[in-house]
Amino acid sequence: MSDMGANFRTDFSESPLLKKGVSKYHIAAIIGIPLAAILFQVYVPRFFERLSYLELPLLVTVYFSLMRRSPVVGVLFGAGIGLAQDSLSHNPLGMFGIVKTLVGYFAASMSQRFDVQNAGVRLVLGFFFCFFHQFFYWVLGRALLGEALDLDLQTTLLVAVLNALVAVPLFHILDKLKVTE
Amino acid sequence: MEFFLNRYRNLTVLLVAIVAQLVLLAYQVKSNGEVRLIRVWAVSAVTPLARVIEAGRSGTVHFIRDYFVLLHVREENQRLKSDLDRTKMDNQYLQAELSTADRAKSLAIFQQQSPSKTIAAHVIGNTTGVGAKVVIVDRGTGNGIQKGMAVITPDGIVGKVTSAYPTASFVLLITDPSFAAGVISQKNHVHGTLKGQGYSTVIVDYVQNEQKVEPGEQFFTSGDDRIFPKGLPVGEATVVREGKSYKEIFVTPSGLQNGLEEVLIVTEGAHMAIPEPRPTAQPVHLQEPPPAESSDSSAPDSTTDAAPDQVPAQAPAQPLTQNGPLTTDADRLVDQYRKIGQAEKHVYGQSAGGAPNFNINLNARPSDAAPAPPGTQSLAPPATQSPAPRAAQSAAPPPPASAAKSPATRRP
Repeated sequence: MSDMGANFRTDFSESPLLKKGVSKYHIAAIIGIPLAAILFQVYVPRFFERLSYLELPLLVTVYFSLMRRSPVVGVLFGAGIGLAQDSLSHNPLGMFGIVKTLVGYFAASMSQRFDVQNAGVRLVLGFFFCFFHQFFYWVLGRALLGEALDLDLQTTLLVAVLNALVAVPLFHILDKLKVTE
Repeated sequence: MEFFLNRYRNLTVLLVAIVAQLVLLAYQVKSNGEVRLIRVWAVSAVTPLARVIEAGRSGTVHFIRDYFVLLHVREENQRLKSDLDRTKMDNQYLQAELSTADRAKSLAIFQQQSPSKTIAAHVIGNTTGVGAKVVIVDRGTGNGIQKGMAVITPDGIVGKVTSAYPTASFVLLITDPSFAAGVISQKNHVHGTLKGQGYSTVIVDYVQNEQKVEPGEQFFTSGDDRIFPKGLPVGEATVVREGKSYKEIFVTPSGLQNGLEEVLIVTEGAHMAIPEPRPTAQPVHLQEPPPAESSDSSAPDSTTDAAPDQVPAQAPAQPLTQNGPLTTDADRLVDQYRKIGQAEKHVYGQSAGGAPNFNINLNARPSDAAPAPPGTQSLAPPATQSPAPRAAQSAAPPPPASAAKSPATRRP
């Protein structure tokens, strides 16, 4: 049994992809980029209401989780950004936190299996996590808060596509901020 | 245990993070309270940055505008103001500045004239979350703002303060789906509940189908919700239709029509009366009625040429023995028969009396009448009328054919 456990652990933590692609960033970038993403969501939709559908905090969570390739880091990133987003909304604390925690965890887990430098993979992952984020937020709102939220599937898919299209160039720009790889 | 935690380290961290946030969420939902400390930290961290960005943005915009305007002014001076396009740009800029000044001035005037005590605030951002209609204003508990205060503009209500922090406050807009307020219609004083829908129009709910609300009717706050003082404008009903159990009333909020940059937060509200609706139709000028015709009430077509719409105003219901002008041919005929009956002392409706002689000339005067030739028989009674010649009788207007056929059946 213990041998099986050791093998299981080795399969994930010593994956060649994991060894190869862990990126590191300056601490200012790790703090400043999520803060800028949240500020963008707070400030910019005042002037461009359509941009309120752009979930930059989510994209930043996905990006750092993918590039760090560590589920623990993904969980902490997701929880931190989600709680910060929650505290600037009028919803109870934890709604965005739980959703983004799960997003961070799953993004980091997927990064161990895929080449996340590929633009196509990033596009698909961006779409998937945006849709997952919207859908799970709707589930939590109905299940935990009892809110009668509507899930417009067409709009949700469209928002996910738009966010995925933004994610590809955004991730490319953020790649420039890597310190080491 | 240590082995278990090492083996499932990632999953354990995930579960701990999820459970911790679930507990946090459950605490807030159960106690209906909020974890104020975290929010204060977040708002205090973000607000200064938002202020700096806003100041930078407005400064940059003004600088760029000023730069280009000055550049254009210089060029215009050099070209002796002959360039029409640049003059138009200058005009646009000045108009924008003027509208800004007008808005600030109207806000200040409204603040002075309003019986409620208000604090002016500037919108500096939106809150996070898709679909949420909540904005952040730059006034907080340090300025005396408290949760639940009403937020208005001179044009109407805007929302209410849902959270107040030292440097900023969250304002839930009336278009948010979770917003509700008591309202009353201006004309028919119908009470209802204003609800947001997540987009630009709001609805007034809980108005029975039997109650009367008209499209275009204004709605005002009723003061029932204890948040908004009574008498603040809300908006105009654009669509009113009957629903399953309640009316479906869509209202365009008046407070959000001109953008949302400066608002007033009501710190001490004062109820006001609902203003009376303005008369929608303009007054219609009516001429004086014409003078009554005293001499000949049976003059032909004396009133038949009058316009039909003037008749009710000039000839109200009058008895048949009136001295004023008659209105229809039937009235004149009835009046003529009545005079003939009086002249012949005939009472209509008595079968024994028979019918009077309808051929007598009531207008013939004795002096005008020529003496009857011998051998002819006068049809007029000698006590009332002198004998009229045949020529005079034939000159009198004959009764209508139907009246001539059966005069006894007509009962004036």
